[in-house]
This record gives sequence, structure tokens and C-alpha cells, in this order.
Amino acid sequence: MTTTAPRSSFTAQASNYLDERTSISTMVSALGRKVFPDHWSFMLGEIILYSFVAILLTGTFLTFFFEPSMTAIEYDGSYVPLKGVEMSAAYASTLDLSFDIRGGLLMRQVHHWSALLFVAAIGLHMLRVFFTGAFRKPREINWVVGFILFILALAEGFTGYSLPDDLLSGNGLAIINGMVKGIPVVGTWISYLLFGGIFPGDDIVPRLFVLHIMLLPALVIAFIGVHLVLMVVNKHTQFAAPGKTNDNVVGAPIMPLFAAKAGSFFFIVFGFLVAIGSTFTILPVWDFGPYDPSPVSAGTQPDWYIGFADGALRLAPGWESEIFGLTLSWNILLPIAVLGGFIVLVMFYPFIEGWITKDQREHHIAERPRNNPTRTAIGAAGIWFYAVLWAAASSDLIATHFHLNVFQVTWALQAALILGTVIVYWITKRTAIALQKKDREILLHGYESGNIRRLPGGEYVEVHEQLDDYQSWKLKAYESYAPVMVRPNANGRITPATHLRSAMSRWFFEDRIEPITRSEIEASKHHH
Amino acid sequence: MSAEDQSAPREPSGHQQSVVVHDRGAAIEQSDAFENPGLPPHRPRQTDLHPHKERRAERQVVGWFLLSMLGSVLAIVAYIAVPIELGNMASVRANNLFLGLSIALALLGIGIGAMHWARQLMSSHEVVEERHLTRGSEPSRARAVEIFQLGDEESGFSRRSLIRNTLIGAIALVPLPAVVLFRDLAPAQDAVEAIAHTMWRPGMRLALDPSGALIRAADVTQGSAFHVIPEPLAEIGHNEGYLDQKALAAVLLVRVPPERLNEVPGREGWSYDGIVAYSKICTHVGCPVALYEQQTHHLLCPCHQSTFDVSNHAKVVFGPAKRPLPQLPITVDDEGYLVAQRDFTEPIGASFFERLQHVDPEHVPLSAAETENRA
Repeated sequence: MTTTAPRSSFTAQASNYLDERTSISTMVSALGRKVFPDHWSFMLGEIILYSFVAILLTGTFLTFFFEPSMTAIEYDGSYVPLKGVEMSAAYASTLDLSFDIRGGLLMRQVHHWSALLFVAAIGLHMLRVFFTGAFRKPREINWVVGFILFILALAEGFTGYSLPDDLLSGNGLAIINGMVKGIPVVGTWISYLLFGGIFPGDDIVPRLFVLHIMLLPALVIAFIGVHLVLMVVNKHTQFAAPGKTNDNVVGAPIMPLFAAKAGSFFFIVFGFLVAIGSTFTILPVWDFGPYDPSPVSAGTQPDWYIGFADGALRLAPGWESEIFGLTLSWNILLPIAVLGGFIVLVMFYPFIEGWITKDQREHHIAERPRNNPTRTAIGAAGIWFYAVLWAAASSDLIATHFHLNVFQVTWALQAALILGTVIVYWITKRTAIALQKKDREILLHGYESGNIRRLPGGEYVEVHEQLDDYQSWKLKAYESYAPVMVRPNANGRITPATHLRSAMSRWFFEDRIEPITRSEIEASKHHH
Repeated sequence: MSAEDQSAPREPSGHQQSVVVHDRGAAIEQSDAFENPGLPPHRPRQTDLHPHKERRAERQVVGWFLLSMLGSVLAIVAYIAVPIELGNMASVRANNLFLGLSIALALLGIGIGAMHWARQLMSSHEVVEERHLTRGSEPSRARAVEIFQLGDEESGFSRRSLIRNTLIGAIALVPLPAVVLFRDLAPAQDAVEAIAHTMWRPGMRLALDPSGALIRAADVTQGSAFHVIPEPLAEIGHNEGYLDQKALAAVLLVRVPPERLNEVPGREGWSYDGIVAYSKICTHVGCPVALYEQQTHHLLCPCHQSTFDVSNHAKVVFGPAKRPLPQLPITVDDEGYLVAQRDFTEPIGASFFERLQHVDPEHVPLSAAETENRA
């Protein structure tokens, strides 16, 4: 039996029609007033989503004109400098859609800029989640899902970059070909199958096209779906603040405020990307000419997000060994192993930290980075490591721009990669602890008001003022961990894992500043 | 505050999960900790306090939406009024600029207007929603276990182990045909054979890339680097494997002053009058080694900076490459044109696992000292 209000409006009638067929009111009542906390850094994830929508829209337009074929043709289009040049249909159609189609160049540029923003926002979003510990239980799985999205984004970027079949993209593929061949046992065959014969062949562009527009986007959409569902299930983290606890979410309800902010932000991101695409050139493929394995110009650069991999190749030592008549290319395997190890460490970091703390509780408060000095230092060292590899991808440009010797630039970067990572770790850890001490100092003795007073004796003092309870909560609200002792297990044994966990927990938590307590504040008041 | 309670339980009451207490691990228990002071009082905005400011914000929102409409119309106007004249790059640029800026205005107008509306006019009261443990309620967890047990009982999955194990075996094998199917991604020819040799043959003339003009020894002046392909390559069509063959056979030709040229025993006959030819494909990952520095006779790979010394059999002097560039033995024919004596004596380009199987018996390797000597 259904009951409907008599004489309902059109909206009510339509809603009723829909609900009786979809039960949509159940979803609206469950999610309609769901709360999202507000912080600028929480928008980074939104930028990823919105730039991905921009990528899908502009990319779909491009597929209507792009011809993913390596069949050679003689160019007879409207770009005069390349008239009569033999080139692949892929390159020719890229030129045609840029120069003959109104809005074609715009869509190509917006597509490329969106892709760059997509990857950049993923990087920043990951850093935000890492440094605030937002990957802790119950969000470890969503960290891994997000990390897979990062890898998929790199794959999307590389396959897309390779499609126009211009000189730069072909060179990128030549490097991939060389790297694949360096893999022991199967490398030669993988390269052969990938390129449909010897490099460059005439299959790679159509194959990458299918990956770029079908398989990879399907995976990205599927993983974004999982990522968002898990975010709804886990609810968003929030920073510690008055009224914001581990047991609640404080912020804007989806209807209407969050929906309005998120929806308007989509248009702002998309509009911003179109504005950039209409005013800034990106990857002018017509300048480079079609792919040819012989010429290459100095100063070739990959898209920035592939830079760290290219940099790793540049910094690797020139080692190869020949054992039992077989060649092992350490100059390729070593960088692949380093990058692979780096990726695995990042991907599984939540589980490593979880194993050290053995903290089984759910954590919904985003930590201030200073309040977990070791994690913050690890993150900063990771950024440095990545950044040096990234800078190394431009070692030749650094040398030419600053009139340096490219050999010395390479040596300096090699040193910076190893020594710098250690130094950055150490500086960051000390800085974080110093900031914690400063917070403590403010809580105990107040903050410097800037108000200088002269005492009757002629002495000058600065007046310190106390924070009120709302202001000071941010400085007080955090948790600290203690190193774990080595203790025998139920069988009376001390396993190597116990030793390892104890050592790692000492490394993490030995140097720590614990949150301030009431009695400390009381004691400091009496002291004055 | 007017914080509305969102803790409407999804499960019927009585299914509370508060019994679950998780181990805090190494976290320090603080007995003396401060308590959260609770939400601060709501601070009204200017638009909440002053009706005229509220009306102004409303007008601004409307203004942005009107600008968006204008942008949409302008985009259509730009599409028609700023057309592309084929071959005129300025018209392409103008079309891109006006069309793009109009669309950007249309999008930003909606975005900025709606954001202004949300921030200035919509309720700014924060809403509080309770969290619950992520795990399902105890009854639903128990029910889930029960369902799996029922499933097991009703299907006999555990009991009928032979059925289960043969099913697992069948599922493990079923992807194998898919793996085999990928073999024909590449031609039937052996992968290693395909990249082991280039098209250079005894007596084949050296030609300029890409014109195909032949080269006399006298044409090769000191200090210049010639980009060279085999003469027959220029006749191969782009759809008949031109790029594939070129990727293997590309050569760099340089004349080194005789007093600067060091030749190891066994390779003296591979050059002609100080003219040496080396594969142009880097032995690191296969980029073209295209940058020649005539003062030092160094060849530099622009991709990863591997540097080869042409006056010393292209040995590596810097960078991630390990092996010297393979040398193409050359001489001149009766008419004075430079010709190859034979194919390279070893596979060109990036190292691969099976590479040594295809090093020719006539190959003259450089000694370890000659290859390892780095600048």
C-alpha cells in the first residue's frame, strides 16, 4: 500500500515516480546529509577527480579525429613546413586535428594540461595523506587503491604521450624498448611481442591506443569507484580542533553546502584548465617532426612525471656482467630495482607503520606532521630522493643553463641522491621535534605578544599571553607512542621479528615529545 | 549550537558495537590529558549580519552566472567568427585563444558564482555526524559467518574435496590458452635472430641519411660527422620496414686525425684513412648517439649522457653505458665510394640477455683495460 500526498507538485510527483522504481529515497536519506570536513588540503583529491573528468571529455573528442595507425603516408596537410614528409597516419592526424579542426588544438592542449594536473594532484594528495597519517587503520586498503591509481595515471600518461608518434614520443619508446631488453631471460621476447617485431615496427601505436582509451581508463574508473566508496564507508579524516574528535565528523553536509562547493569547484578546475589550454602551448609536436630512429635533438625531456624514472637511468653506474655467455645489464636492472623498491615501500608503508605500533584502533584525526617526526622525516627524505631523480632527468639542461660540466652535474646528483636523503631525513626530524618543543613552550609560557614593557627597574620584558582553550587545543591534541620492549612470546622465545619490531619502534619513537598534560601546565603556573 | 545530530543508527538499536575495544599497541595512555573544549560558538558572516551585504552577494552570484552565459554565447561566436584558414597558423592561434577563453569564462562563471553562493549565502553552521566502527555490527558479522557456513554445507565445498580441488585445478589452467594466444603479437621469426644482425653486407655503399647520396672518402672532412645509412635502405618504402631497418643500421661516420686515432691490433683494417664508422644506436638503452664534439672526438648520447671516445674505438668515457659502440668495418670500392666490409661483428644497440650468442667469431673485442678506462 502506498500513500502519496494529495495534489503534489511536479517535483514531488517525479520524485515519487523515481522512488517507486529505484528506492532512491533510501540512498538520499543515508547520504544526503553526510558530513564532509573542510580543509584546503582535502580539495587535492577533488582536483584529481575533476581533472580526470576533463581528461575523459577532451579525450573523447580527440578520438573522433585521431587515427591510431603507423601506416606511412606523405603529409599533404595545412602545416607547410612538413609538407611532403613521410610520416605515420597517427602523426599526420595529430597535425590535422591541431591545425584543421576548430577547437582541435584547444582540446588537445586541455587534454594534456589536464593530464599533467591529474598526476600532479595525485602526487600532492598522496603527500597530504602520508604526512597526516590518514592512511592508518581503517584506511590502509584505500591507500593501496590510491597508490594503484597513481601507477595507472603514470601508465595513462606514458601511453598518451606515445600516441602522436612524433620524434620525442618515439624516442621515449626507444628507451622503453632498451629497458625491456635489459630484463633477463624474457626481456628480448617481451620487447619483440610488445612492438610486434623489431623496434619500432608498425603495431605499437594502435596497441598503446587501445590501452590508453579502453583498458587503462576502465581500470582508473573502477579504482576511483572503489576509492570513493571506501572514503564514504570510512568517512573523511579531519584535523584535531575544538569539537572535532576521533568519534565524529564536523563539517558541511552534502546537501546543500558540500555539493555546492564540490560542484562549483569542478567548474573552476575545468575552467582553469581550459584557460591554460587556450593561452599556453603544450608539447608542440609539429616542431619535432615524425619519428625516425636516427635524429635526436639535444635537451630531450620526458613529461615531468616520467622524469624520475629517466633520472634513475641517468644516475646509474655503467655496469654489465657477462656470466655463462649471458648478459646482465645492471645499468638498467639497478635503476628498475631501486624504483621498484621505492614504489613497494611507499605502497606498503601503512602496513609497516601499523606493524611497528600494533595500534588496532581506528584513527580519524589527521595528524599534524610535526607530531610524528620520524614519519615526517621519512616522507621528506622520500620527496628528496624522488626530486633528485627527477632533477637528474634534466641533468643536461642544468649543465647547459648554468654553464656547468654535465659529468660533474651527474656526479653531484649521485652524491645528492644518497647523502642528501640522509641529511634531509635528519634535518626534518630535528625540525619536527623543535616545532613540537615550540608548541609546548607556547602552552607552558604563552606566546610572544609583541608587547614590550619597561619595568620600574629599567628592565625590558616582552609580555607573554596565554592561548584560550579553543586556540590551544590544536597544540595539545595528539598521541604519542613509546618504543616497545623486547619480550618473550607465549612460548618463551624472543623471535627475530620481535627484535626487529623493537629496533624499529626505537628508531621511530625514541626521540619524542609527549603531549602536554594538565599537571605540567599546573606546575608551570605555580612556578611563576 | 544548532549542530544537527546525524547519528541516526543504520542498524536497529541494540546492535551497538561499543563492546569492541581495540588494542592501543605502543600508543602511550594519557591519564592526565586535556579534554576537547567542544565546538566554538558559531561566527556569523557579514552576509548573516547585514541584509544589504547579503543582497550584494546575491547580485554578485547572479553576475557570475550571467557572465557564464555570455561566455557560452561568445564561444559559439568565436567558433564561427574566428575560423581556421587552412595553412594560416595565426588563424589557428586566434581560434584556439578566443574559443578557449570563451569556454573558460562559461565554466569559471558557473564555478565562481556557485562557490560564492555556497560560501556567502548558504548556511555556514557546521554539522556533526557521529562515527561508528567501520566493522559491521555483531549480528551482521555473525550472519555473514552463518551464510558462508550455509553455503559450504549446501554446496559441500569442504566436504567434497575432490570436486573442489579439481575445480581449483581447472581454474588455474584456464588462463593458459590466453597466454599462448599472445605469441602471435610478433612474427614467427625468433626474437633474438631478428635483432642480431643489420642489413649491412660486404661491399654495400655508405649513403647519407636521409638523401641517399653516396660518400667518397675525400668528402669526409675532419671534424664533420656524417649520419649514414646503407645505400639500399633509401630505396625501401616507409611501409616496407624502412624505420625498422634504419633503427638497426644507422651509422655515424667521422674522420679522426691519424695521430689521434688509436687502433687496437686486429682492428687496424676496419677504418679507412682515419675515417671510422660506428653504430649510432647507444649501447645503453638504444637512443641515437647524435651529438659529436669535434675537439675531443667524443660522441654524446642526448638521452642519458653516455659518452663515447671515437678516437679510441668508441669506448665509454662517461655515463650509464657499459660497452663501446659497435664498429662497422669500412673501406673504399673501385670508384672511391666508402663501402662496408661486412655487417657489424656484434649486435648493435641496448644489451640483451642473449647478446653474446650473436657476437661474430671475427669480432675483435677491446680489452677490459681499454673499455674500463673512464675519464
